[in-house]
Amino acid sequence: MSAVENGIGASVTRKEDQRFITGNGNYLDDINKAGQAYGHFLRSPYAHAKIKNIDLTAARAAPGVIDIFVGADMAADEVGGLICGWGISSKDGSPHVAPPHPCLAMGSVKHVGDQVAFVVAESVQEAKDAAELIEVDYEELPSVTDVRKAGVAGAAQVHDEAPGNQCYDWEIGDKEAVDAAFANAHHVTKMDLINNRLAPNPMEPRAALGEYDRGTGEYTLYTTSQNPHVARLILSAFVNIAPEHKLRVIAPDVGGGFGSKIFVYAEETTTIWASKKVGRPIKWTADRSEAFMTDAHGRDHATHAEMAFDADGHILGFRVATKANMGAYLSTFASAVPTYLYATLLNGQYKMPCIYAEVQALFTNTTPVDAYRGAGRPEATYVVERMMERAARDMNMDPTDLRMKNFIAPDAYPYETPVIMTYDSGDYPQTLNLAKNMISYDGFQARKAESASRGKLRGIGSAAYIEACGIAPSAAVGSLGAGVGLWESAEVRFNPTGSVTVFTGSHSHGQGHETTFAQLIADKLGVPFDNVEVVHGDTTKVPFGMGTYGSRSLAVGGSAIVKAADKIVEKAKKIAAHLMEASADDIEHAHGVFSVAGTDKQLTIGEIAFAAYVPHNYPEDLEPGLAENAFYDPLNFTFPAGTHIAEVEIDPATGVVEVVDWAAADDFGNVINPMIVEGQVHGGVAQGIGQALLEGVVYDDDSGQLLTGSYMDYCMPRADDLPNFKVEATNTPCPSNPLGVKGCGEAGAIAAPAALMNAITDALGKEIDMPATPEKVWRAAQSA
Amino acid sequence: MTSVTMTVNGKSVTRDVEPNTLLVQFIRENLRLTGTHVGCDTSQCGACTVHVNGDSVKSCTMLAVQAEGADVTTIEGLANGDELHPMQEAFKENHGLQCGFCTPGMIMSAVDLVKRNPNPSEDTIRHELEGNICRCTGYHNIVKSVKSAAEKMGG
Ligand code: FES
Ligand code: FES
Repeated sequence: MSAVENGIGASVTRKEDQRFITGNGNYLDDINKAGQAYGHFLRSPYAHAKIKNIDLTAARAAPGVIDIFVGADMAADEVGGLICGWGISSKDGSPHVAPPHPCLAMGSVKHVGDQVAFVVAESVQEAKDAAELIEVDYEELPSVTDVRKAGVAGAAQVHDEAPGNQCYDWEIGDKEAVDAAFANAHHVTKMDLINNRLAPNPMEPRAALGEYDRGTGEYTLYTTSQNPHVARLILSAFVNIAPEHKLRVIAPDVGGGFGSKIFVYAEETTTIWASKKVGRPIKWTADRSEAFMTDAHGRDHATHAEMAFDADGHILGFRVATKANMGAYLSTFASAVPTYLYATLLNGQYKMPCIYAEVQALFTNTTPVDAYRGAGRPEATYVVERMMERAARDMNMDPTDLRMKNFIAPDAYPYETPVIMTYDSGDYPQTLNLAKNMISYDGFQARKAESASRGKLRGIGSAAYIEACGIAPSAAVGSLGAGVGLWESAEVRFNPTGSVTVFTGSHSHGQGHETTFAQLIADKLGVPFDNVEVVHGDTTKVPFGMGTYGSRSLAVGGSAIVKAADKIVEKAKKIAAHLMEASADDIEHAHGVFSVAGTDKQLTIGEIAFAAYVPHNYPEDLEPGLAENAFYDPLNFTFPAGTHIAEVEIDPATGVVEVVDWAAADDFGNVINPMIVEGQVHGGVAQGIGQALLEGVVYDDDSGQLLTGSYMDYCMPRADDLPNFKVEATNTPCPSNPLGVKGCGEAGAIAAPAALMNAITDALGKEIDMPATPEKVWRAAQSA
Repeated sequence: MTSVTMTVNGKSVTRDVEPNTLLVQFIRENLRLTGTHVGCDTSQCGACTVHVNGDSVKSCTMLAVQAEGADVTTIEGLANGDELHPMQEAFKENHGLQCGFCTPGMIMSAVDLVKRNPNPSEDTIRHELEGNICRCTGYHNIVKSVKSAAEKMGG
């Protein structure tokens, strides 16, 4: 229970819900501007082709057409291509290859859906109709989409700049130590694992509305972004749209992101640039089919892993080689995902004496791949936890016993892994035991027998995951190649009558910041929850901030708010001391009440705020007003961890996998709003189950066509595909931030695929790749 | 252009529209009722769900002219003034939404579901909501919301 109403630890219902449940949300496509025109992209129907000619004559003459732009038009304006903001070096020290990434094609197209031309018209329909009249003379070229084939001699070349389609060939860890460990191993487990390609699918499609003001020379871009300031920085400093002070970026209500709305895409860039060219606001809203072709995809790894054990089942060493699909171009943070967000977590929750990982990133004729919920960490957990379970079976041990034997001890923190992370806190045996209790692990054999009596195959599988969140200490990521710092900003601004407006650089697109952050203020400053307003998502209103991804909003953004609140308290103490004629040192503060020690004199923060804005009786040396800014740069990553256990029942006659039970035991450190945290776990697990059972982006191997381009072909988890979830939490507070929080947004998506595939393997007695569709499962069950 | 007249949220509206205008476009663009959303182009997601003559309908599957003379309710018309519909209340109380994008359609479907199944089991709820995709919540709290609303609605 929290000490104050609606404070830290209370499951407060959300402020933002009122507008969403009444249809009063303000999503991008809900916004219209006077004189607005509509944009539509003509996209490549080919995976790879040379553009020999584009004839716009007929299209230009079509009704309602205002203008049409192609790559050369943007190049003539020196509006640059898109960038990747994280530099990775190959083993030989050479920088990663980042071929040009034009917003509109310059002579060639590299994946189905690549932008060829931008039509601006009076209506969406007219823009679409006109686009059909554009005559593009393509020369189709050979393509490659499968990451396992991209590096093979003779594979189609995606970019001249990247021989062998290699973006980089990177390594981490100690190869010699690992070789030595394997030489002494009693047992070695080996696996080849595919981490299937996913389409993120926030329910709100991406959209942009660009407007140029001739009077002020200012651009305003409304965009479906998780990080509007970063978008502004990139569009200004690298893409050359306008100087930062002349570009306002607004991310209004955003209908989900899951990573896919972090990146700066061709569409908003083209839209804002073209708004000046045509002198009118332009709106572009993606169709779902465009989203499938162009929203950055996630995962798509092919991995070979080997783990060495001694005779007692202790891990001796871990060797991993991964091929990571980058798609046709390097998206904004693509290079970091299969390296520093992946291989650095291959240590899992275990004492691993040594690790060696190699990652080869390859270009293919597919949609760019970048961060999607979990970003690299689900891939790492999938490798580690599939290996642990397989190794346990190989060695005839219970998988949870093998984990227990190898866990880092709860008193071993800080714990340095062989892959550059320093875990700060945790209690892995505790979360594993909790999950086992939640799902009645010991009763499984009886349940399995009961299922068998009905002709069903029952399986149970665990995943003990760890992630690095709260990204991230700026100096640390800078040394690893990041082009930006990863701090966060906040302003806590009292109004004269005592209400508070909080400005945050974080961005909420479903996470409930307006509620959680208000709880922080209610708790720290004693301001009634309803009197706190949280403002985010507008570069003109809020201080420069880095945005929301990597489960960082509370650990980093929330910490910035707490720092600003601390400054408020400091100043308020001085004001209180003056008003109560005491020394500031004698002022005690708790939840917004300032009292003089040892007396019954006290003032509330509201009274002090009023005095600060109406400073008739006020300390001489103090500035009036009560508003404080803070920037918070984290000291370390945070390390949420836990165990999820899945139980499934398979009908061998149909191949349908029913998820019959799910136990999630997570350690997120301190929790501000348990209701919201549980919701995040539910959503993450659902996406993880989606990956394991249903989802997968498929390209035709020959033509490079996208075969899963709509909800008819790409199977999204629906209500009747999922179980109810058992969710419980443990708490080892995070020592590196003032709130002791670790982050919860990605955990479910990280843990779930491995847990579920382990359960399916247990049921079938054999391994299959994700997604475990009925067809695959049925085939496996038949040949069992 | 053709003229189309219908009752939306209790008010009679008449507009001139292109004959191929979808009901969802009519609602969003002509009437500027933007609570009804578009999440797909294949009639799969249910974000556009409204009530037409009391039944839930995916408004992207229907032309505006097909709703000539119909009684249409959108999410904006569900509450009784400031008094929320029990389903809206239940979604808030049970954290049945996160980003909120699927929510109007989900609520409209759920109201219809409870109308047809006053006392729905969890299985019924999950099955009936199969036409509405939510990417955020994992449905757990949506199911809880619908159950709780059904109880309050006196099922
Ligand atoms: S927009 Fe109507 S079902 Fe998706
Ligand atoms: S709440 Fe975001 S899609 Fe359902």
